[in-house]
Amino acid sequence: MSVETMDSKRALRAARLTELRRFARRFFRNPLGVVGLGIVVLLLAVAAFAPWIATHDPYLPTLSDRLAAPSAEYWFGADELGRDIYSRLVHGSRLTLLIVGLVIVTSAPIGLVIGAVSGNAGGWIDAVFMRVTDVFLAVPKLLLALAFVAALGPGIVNAALAITLTAWPPYARLARAEALTIRNSDYVNAIRLAGASEARIVFLHIIPICLSSVIVRMTFDMAGIILTAAGLGFIGLGAQPPLPEWGAMISTGRKFIFDQWWVATIPGAAIFIVSLGFNLLGDALRDLLDPHLRQRQ
Amino acid sequence: MPASTPKPLRLFTGIGSWLLTVAITLLGLAALTFFIGRVLPIDPVLAIVGEKALPETYERVYRELGLDQPMWVQFYDYVAKLLRGDFGISYATSRPVLTDLVNFFPATLELATIGLIIGVLLGIPMGVVSAYWHEKWPDHVIRVVGLIGYSVPIFWLGLVGLFVFYYLLDWVAGPGQLDVFYVGVVTRITGMILIDSALQGEWDIFGNAVRHMTLPALLIGYYSLAYISRMTRSVMLDQLSREYILTARLKGASEFQVVVGHALRNAAIPLVTVVALSYGGLLEGSVLVETIFAWPGIGNYIYSSLFAADMNAVLGGTLVVGIVFVFLNMLSDVLYRLLDPRSREFGR
Repeated sequence: MSVETMDSKRALRAARLTELRRFARRFFRNPLGVVGLGIVVLLLAVAAFAPWIATHDPYLPTLSDRLAAPSAEYWFGADELGRDIYSRLVHGSRLTLLIVGLVIVTSAPIGLVIGAVSGNAGGWIDAVFMRVTDVFLAVPKLLLALAFVAALGPGIVNAALAITLTAWPPYARLARAEALTIRNSDYVNAIRLAGASEARIVFLHIIPICLSSVIVRMTFDMAGIILTAAGLGFIGLGAQPPLPEWGAMISTGRKFIFDQWWVATIPGAAIFIVSLGFNLLGDALRDLLDPHLRQRQ
Repeated sequence: MPASTPKPLRLFTGIGSWLLTVAITLLGLAALTFFIGRVLPIDPVLAIVGEKALPETYERVYRELGLDQPMWVQFYDYVAKLLRGDFGISYATSRPVLTDLVNFFPATLELATIGLIIGVLLGIPMGVVSAYWHEKWPDHVIRVVGLIGYSVPIFWLGLVGLFVFYYLLDWVAGPGQLDVFYVGVVTRITGMILIDSALQGEWDIFGNAVRHMTLPALLIGYYSLAYISRMTRSVMLDQLSREYILTARLKGASEFQVVVGHALRNAAIPLVTVVALSYGGLLEGSVLVETIFAWPGIGNYIYSSLFAADMNAVLGGTLVVGIVFVFLNMLSDVLYRLLDPRSREFGR
């Protein structure tokens, strides 16, 4: 008996490994997806090793070098306080990841649980939850986030909270759709007859089914979150000075756009490249994971 | 719905539930702005009386604002006021917020509309080309152009655009709606500068306005093009794989006839929805663009109100854009039903 289960476990693991390998092979055939993955890995590496990669202290002003042009000393120039833009960019990658991380770890689980519970329960619970979701889907996201941070007060955590407030509904929709299709399927009814609680069905059967679509959705979302966070930072509602948040850096560089173009353009280029990376990766993952697309091919 | 319900009645219940949906969504929107304005840790009394007010003054204003009432009474009052068009007074301009919004809205509408026209005129052909040459080089080029539009921070692209096309090349005019010496020359009729100057025959002002509008309109156009071309591509891919396309080809129809006359015609219905939805997105997206280009629209109004800590104005602006948003959503729904005979046949 135990030998048998060990064997079947090993077989399962081997099967998963081949599946993973096949997945990787198909992924690496898509050059744009590989570029996206490369950008994301690079972002993670830069954030992880920021203190070693940066050449200057990101907070230390050198007033004699105010607005210095890009040079051997300051690779991307210096900002209005003479701080090295390259080093601030490198340290800012941590803030970008912090915001994205905060939003994703809150919005995806909230949305998934709401959607899965709602779809599984049906009836008035479903009706109420879906009305609320529809309201959130129907209002302008950026403006809602903006008003929310304006009331709460600026800051990274508040900005992340505000973006979460607008980011969970798509996950709820997704999870509900999956829940509706499987809640009365034979195998779920079998589990139910065997005495499984509704909570067990939601967390162990419905939510896992949503995961592949959620991963695709999350990857796309990250690009959107980065842009929204940068927009809030640009307006002055995100990270506060002297934090090297990329959107806020553009906002200070805006005054010098004509004569010292590097102060504003370089952080913007960083935002653009990173969000392009997540979009490319999301595109490639969707081609691989989306069950609807897979059927068509 | 039972099949035996008579047809006019079915239509009626359909409209009824649709109106209910709109009402609930709008009420939800009001609840959100109410929540943001009243429940979050900002003291509306202090905003009026200031930090050093006497306790009695504070107490009086507190009661005048109705803050001593239970939450649901306050919400009821809030909605009742909104229905009467009372969005509160802007602390910064000391005018009713609604008056301000009516003043600023046409400029936003004008910019977003021109942006949408650019987006549709370029985006739909691009999507068609992309779908026709699926996985060939035109498709790859167009997809990358679209992805860039999705990934670029629009306020940054605006700054770069100003630097290159205004400062370096001097092809377009700088921020603002008109050059300084033209401001105030044209009488305000619609609030849309192109229409107003054309109506009054001020063609040099019209030309100046075009030069000012080119860059922000192209930016917003690019933003909508990214979305529209992507959606067109996926709808067209779906249509081109259908059997009626094969039939049309077998009949000997030209490729142009097959793609435009058959596939695009059928794709048009979902595309109307896409365009209506992206219009709402543009109204919102213009917030950041307007701040860059000092464009006197709602986005700029909200932006400057933020710095004056003028929450009435911020929330009023959010509410108005939200309402337009909801109605555009509903409009796309209605258009879909009107255009697609199948959805009429089977109801919801």
